[in-house]
Amino acid sequence: MRDFTYQRPASLAEARNAAALPGAMLLAGGTTLLDLAKCGVAAPETVIDISHLPGLASIEVGLQGARIGALAKMSAVADNAGIIREFPAVSEALWQSASAQLRNMATIGGNLLQRTRCAYFRDPSGFPACNKRNPGSGCSALGGVTRNHAVLGASPSCIATNPGDLAVALVAFDAQVELGARTVALEDFLLTPGDHPERETDLRPGEIIATVSIPASVAARRSTYLKVRDRQSYEFAAASAAVGIEFEPDGRTIRDLRVALGGVATRPWRARNVEDALKGKVLEPDAVRRASLLAMEGAIAQADNHYKIELAPRVVARALLKTGELA
Amino acid sequence: MSAAEATRRYGDSSDSSSTASGSVIGASVTRFDGSAKIRGAATYALEHRPANVAHAVLVPSTIAAGRVRSIGTAMAEAAPGVLKVLTPDNAPTLKAASDWLGNPPARPDYQPLTAEIAYAGQYIALVIAETFEQATQATHLLDIVYEEADAVSGLRDVAEGGGFLAEPMTREWGDAQAAFASAPVQIEQEYEMPREFQMPIEPNGLIAEWQGDKLTIWEPCQWLDGMARTYSEWFGIPFENVRIISPYIGGGFGSKAFCGPHDAIGAMAAKMLGRPVKLALTRPQIFSSIGGRAATRQTIAIGATKEGKLLSIVHTGASETSINETWVEPLGVVTALMYATPNLSSHQRVVRVNTVMPGAKRAPGENPSAFGIESAIDELAYEIGMDPLEIRLRNYAEEDPHTRKPWSTRQLREAFAAGAEAFGWSRRKPEPRSMRDGHHLIGWGVAAGTYPVRRAAGEARVRLLADGTVEVSSSTIDMGQGAYTVIAQTAAEVFGLPLDKVAVKLGDSSLPRAGVTGGSRMAGVMTSAVHKTAVALREQLVELALTHPASPFRALQANTLTVADGRISSPLADGAVISIGSFLAAIGKTEIDATRDTFAEIGIDPKDSYKNYTTIAMAPPPTAGDFSLHSWCAHFIEVRVDEDFGTVRVSRAVSAFDSGRLYNPRLAASQIKGGIIMGIGQALLEEGLVDGRHARLMNANLADYLIPTNADIPDIEVISVGIPDPHASALGGKGVGELGIVGVAPAIANAVFHATGKRIRDLPITLDKLI
Repeated sequence: MRDFTYQRPASLAEARNAAALPGAMLLAGGTTLLDLAKCGVAAPETVIDISHLPGLASIEVGLQGARIGALAKMSAVADNAGIIREFPAVSEALWQSASAQLRNMATIGGNLLQRTRCAYFRDPSGFPACNKRNPGSGCSALGGVTRNHAVLGASPSCIATNPGDLAVALVAFDAQVELGARTVALEDFLLTPGDHPERETDLRPGEIIATVSIPASVAARRSTYLKVRDRQSYEFAAASAAVGIEFEPDGRTIRDLRVALGGVATRPWRARNVEDALKGKVLEPDAVRRASLLAMEGAIAQADNHYKIELAPRVVARALLKTGELA
Repeated sequence: MSAAEATRRYGDSSDSSSTASGSVIGASVTRFDGSAKIRGAATYALEHRPANVAHAVLVPSTIAAGRVRSIGTAMAEAAPGVLKVLTPDNAPTLKAASDWLGNPPARPDYQPLTAEIAYAGQYIALVIAETFEQATQATHLLDIVYEEADAVSGLRDVAEGGGFLAEPMTREWGDAQAAFASAPVQIEQEYEMPREFQMPIEPNGLIAEWQGDKLTIWEPCQWLDGMARTYSEWFGIPFENVRIISPYIGGGFGSKAFCGPHDAIGAMAAKMLGRPVKLALTRPQIFSSIGGRAATRQTIAIGATKEGKLLSIVHTGASETSINETWVEPLGVVTALMYATPNLSSHQRVVRVNTVMPGAKRAPGENPSAFGIESAIDELAYEIGMDPLEIRLRNYAEEDPHTRKPWSTRQLREAFAAGAEAFGWSRRKPEPRSMRDGHHLIGWGVAAGTYPVRRAAGEARVRLLADGTVEVSSSTIDMGQGAYTVIAQTAAEVFGLPLDKVAVKLGDSSLPRAGVTGGSRMAGVMTSAVHKTAVALREQLVELALTHPASPFRALQANTLTVADGRISSPLADGAVISIGSFLAAIGKTEIDATRDTFAEIGIDPKDSYKNYTTIAMAPPPTAGDFSLHSWCAHFIEVRVDEDFGTVRVSRAVSAFDSGRLYNPRLAASQIKGGIIMGIGQALLEEGLVDGRHARLMNANLADYLIPTNADIPDIEVISVGIPDPHASALGGKGVGELGIVGVAPAIANAVFHATGKRIRDLPITLDKLI
């Protein structure tokens, strides 16, 4: 922990101005910021506390979909009756995230901006080289302990996995983030590393996530989030899948399908190739298992994470069959 | 916190219903300290707030081998609130301390802050400031320049046969190689366990305060007298000048029994500043301050008949230690004890790697040893098509196979029977992959465990007060296992008092002495000492009642009197019935007291008192005397393995154990369950992940170093099959605390094989190994 200036703006507009200054970081639930400050990754010059700002913690679920204030707590969203009814995958993703203590503190906006759990990123004193922390310094994870690193969306600059659960469910159902003047699809907002792993989001100076909106859909109503990990609670995903299915009136043929993966990629990974392969088909186990393999198209394993390439399609298949009541 | 504030009375417990009756040894009363802990009223050592305390923060080395070329301190020293920066350049040299066996140090001097680096996380500087935050901030202002050298990251960096032979670990009888070579059935496999850490929730650390050449330390501590000796030797002051206060311990598991470098540095800082200094380790620092369980590798070759009778065991092991110090994790201790075999050979090598010196984690030695032999015997069972329980009974050791001495007690056959019955073992289908429930492959596994009875002498003081209450005091500690409670039960029984009339003072090295709380010896040592002392005091009371001129009983001319329910009476019921308090008042005393030790019972010369309490050199081995003394257990485990994902869940656990007589079955069951939970973590989750390029631990935090959550733990049934063992302790108990973990990991690995047909020989059994 290093010294910093603390500010407590009176309004969202004031907070946006303050956040535009170099060295400024927002404080909401604090579960990510404090953690990263302790391990030496975050060293803000100014901390802008927005946790008290009014009107940003509401959860509204209507015919058009859901609007969730950025300061709503993870536990409140997970337990919201409308979310459970209209977007079960979103509620399930939250319940399987972090721990009860963290869910009671952490906010939805902060959750979407959480940083990777890459142990090299989180250890600046031991590993000065990290393209996320120091652009151009290199990637220490390459050739290191890589059991939980990404097999999809990685680049020679960075193989860090996006750790989120909620974001996976949101990307599956086309959620958008409202940033003030702009509203952006979450899938576009969260970036793959490419040559610039230091850029993780499309958040521009002065922007703050104010609201997360999820359009209503039949597929979202019939959805699930399946998370696989060695420990039953308080662990990041070895692989996870958010899926939703809309059937034709025959109850068997797939009209609309949503598949997104977590724990395997540098950002929440929408698997449109799996969706496209199954749309218009009858949901049955063999077809689902075959199509699920497509989710790993382009996957590249490191020394310790080959298992993710085996595991992830099985997670997708189980989630689809479970949602279709075939598993 | 004064010692008096650490005194616990039974009235502090939340369960007042159990105070009136059952105040005897063997009753399942709840913990003395439970209510205080739940209410937050139990003040732990590091919560002590001395006036004018300064705060210290350590700086760990980021390299694992090489040296610190320089540390620039100017900016840190100029930072707000900073009082002092200690580095290898200005830190004083201490005297080296002898080890826990009392062996003198190899070198006369000890520099806890040195420029020569032998492991990542080794401390190279300390910043002391008015506040913790100021000290932390200033650590970032140090300008550290390293010269990095190549490091050895672990056992896999060292060729087979590397390191040195740990000669005392060698066991040989018969001709094991020849018997193996000619055996009709042969199996040979390698078993590995990674580096593990104790991870108590209460962090390690200390508060040190000097007054002249007297040092007071507040520190969570499993061995007050042993650690006080280390401090006294480091600073060249008399042992009596060190006082350690440790009222409660938030988990130890072996991590709080020995002083670490942070202790020397913290006490040194307080001396240099002339102020109390608080030094609490951060969670990441704990991983490299006190060593956990060493990484190990074992090869086990078993030769047997086709009927499953063992002919030979050939065992070789390797364990890691640090560059500068030697810790041996004894890998052959269960191998050479559990089964009857006419031929055995066991050798162990120790390999130096760039790590903090490993240490004691719950059942050091027995735990990895049991993983090897209890996996191998299971492999043999499948090899010859025999039930894994049957093969264990067929090779049951009727005597200690090494010393050929009879067991004092060995209720292992009874443990197998009781566990199998409760678990329903007879319904097991023998073939792997033959039991399933939907996507889950179900597996049932069994394994045995054992832990030696470690005896030692103890000392206690018991006071009988004018209000009719009893106070017991000792420098032993309660780390959650129930020392306060079983000690009170022992005293209450002797005086026939309800538990709420007994107070217990522990955790202060100025009290009557006790040895280490480790090796599952505390309850046996302290109930023996307290019982002896309380009986002596009761006899003193009776003697006074019979002979004191002012005693109302004097006229009775009786030979003895009855002391029960807090009252004194004649056994013939022909005289007065007087409360102990009224009696003391009648003879004009406010209290009487007695202090006794158990040197005579353990066969130790009282001249060796200091060595008895401050080292483990005097402790007789479990095979000293005419018998071989050990606790035993049998674990029965059900796992459910998802056939697609490879995730393993323990869905049932039944364990039967022989710890002799139980002083408090509720607390003993808690200890066994705790061991099983830790064993589940060891089997499925725990692993220090080391970056082999830099010998650096990559998961030094509790989000990434996985220990079980409540969701990972099923209902656990534990069954006591023990009988009183008069050779183990005065009151018939054997050890409890370490036993529960021994054999859990192989029982789970065996169950995973039964479920999946895959034998996992390197822990933990993570999903990637099964997918």
